[in-house]
Amino acid sequence: MRQPAFQLGMARLRDGGVLRGLRAWHVAVVLLALAVSLAAAATRLGTLGSPSSALAALIDYAPFILRGFALNLAMSVLAMAIATVLGIGLGLMQISEAPLIRLPARFVTHLLRNSPWLVILFLVMYLLPIEIRLPGGGRIPLPDWVKATLAFALPVMGNISEILRGAVRLIPTGQWESAEGLAFTRGQTLRYIILPQCIRRGIPPWMNWYALLTLSTPMASIFSVHEAVSNAQASMEAAGARPELLLPFYLFLLCLFFVYIYPIAVWTRLLERRYAVR
Amino acid sequence: MLFADPIAAGPAAIPQDRRALVSLRDVRKSYGAFEVLKGISLDVGKGEVACIIGPSGSGKSTLIRCINGLSPIQDGSITVDGQEVNDPKLDKLSLRRKVGIVFQQYNLFPHKTVLENVMLAPLKVLREPRAQVEERALSLIAKVRLTGKERAYPGELSGGQQQRVAIARSLAMRPEVMLFDEVTAALDPETVKEVLATIRELAAEGMTCILVTHEMGFAREVAHHVYFTDGGVIVEDGPPDRIFREAQDPRTRQFLSQVL
Repeated sequence: MRQPAFQLGMARLRDGGVLRGLRAWHVAVVLLALAVSLAAAATRLGTLGSPSSALAALIDYAPFILRGFALNLAMSVLAMAIATVLGIGLGLMQISEAPLIRLPARFVTHLLRNSPWLVILFLVMYLLPIEIRLPGGGRIPLPDWVKATLAFALPVMGNISEILRGAVRLIPTGQWESAEGLAFTRGQTLRYIILPQCIRRGIPPWMNWYALLTLSTPMASIFSVHEAVSNAQASMEAAGARPELLLPFYLFLLCLFFVYIYPIAVWTRLLERRYAVR
Repeated sequence: MLFADPIAAGPAAIPQDRRALVSLRDVRKSYGAFEVLKGISLDVGKGEVACIIGPSGSGKSTLIRCINGLSPIQDGSITVDGQEVNDPKLDKLSLRRKVGIVFQQYNLFPHKTVLENVMLAPLKVLREPRAQVEERALSLIAKVRLTGKERAYPGELSGGQQQRVAIARSLAMRPEVMLFDEVTAALDPETVKEVLATIRELAAEGMTCILVTHEMGFAREVAHHVYFTDGGVIVEDGPPDRIFREAQDPRTRQFLSQVL
């Protein structure tokens, strides 16, 4: 039976059962990863000379790198917000009954989904101006981090559009028929009956794309956006660009992303499993 | 009228006004090259209960879906209360407000409670005030004997309970005719009775009903008129006593001997 499982899932969501699902071992894995990376860093420091200075450099520059990481998070959240709004719009166009709306939307969706993110990033960075001139004479500056955010939003937007189309298709036709029998228009049916049921199906893949998006934000370092990776590289330069700095600094970056993304991935898996029991 | 005391068994007397509420004339429908309905004509008067019986694949469900325009027809005409269903200029909203339909698979909205399921269409489609809709919804839920289940979700109810919610949801639009498409076919034998009791009450109160059903005993009990369809045509029709006791056509007799 489909519905009881759904009710159960909703009840558990309300109880906060999903959060309880993040068991102790998940936390343990995260801590272990941190410990291993620090140990590895310490080992490198021990074998390759000037140990105190490399670790000291990491500690010195950690706040600077963390500030960069804050920008990664800001870009990921902003890009996801843009991708969600535009992706839902594009997805709704994809399920339109009018071919003139549906076919272009389908084309754009597939184009965005099937292009390398790096190519989209290059295109956006080089095609967008550094500022937008308003007719009134005002100017909106477009810093590189904003352009990069838009670039990361585009492929995710295509994928969210496709998530929506898929979720709508999976709603049993009986839902459409009974709504039609009750004199709902197509728009009302979508709004009150179909889309609310799509949300739960769409959330796990949506979270998955958020994780992927966040993991892609370091690509912005190519354009010297001051995010975590860029700042880490600048820190290493400033600390003398010694090879023994590489491992601790990059391991630190890995840990930062891991600690943030891993719980999201675990939560997504939990939701997927919950919604898969139907 | 809607909430009159239920009358016991037996078809209610048909009102004097025998003007056809639903009228089909030579209706033809095909899926590709396959012709499902090969010229169906029938009239259902106000307050009349019509049962359509026949073997699977004889086009019964298609026929009932054509009446409220869920399924377009290729030829012929269907009128409901004088409105031509397949007129492209027809206001589908006004047609569907008059015609309620209940499906085999209930098709309740799983993300809404029982009360919300019943209230949604009057609120959003008819845009009636909430207090008024809620009052009517609660009395309809009481009518289908589900008082106490207003806050339950469809997934928490048995099939028979879900089907009664579906009936209440349809009645909330205050239709003039109700279509029932094999509404007990997916139910356990014990819950079939609850649903049939609800339909029996509706029929006794004078609701015009068109039922596609496999419940022969029920058809015989509540119907004013029975139509036997096979191969996309009406083979034979008449009052239930005549059809069930002295069917003329060998196909009808053969079908009835298999199911009775």
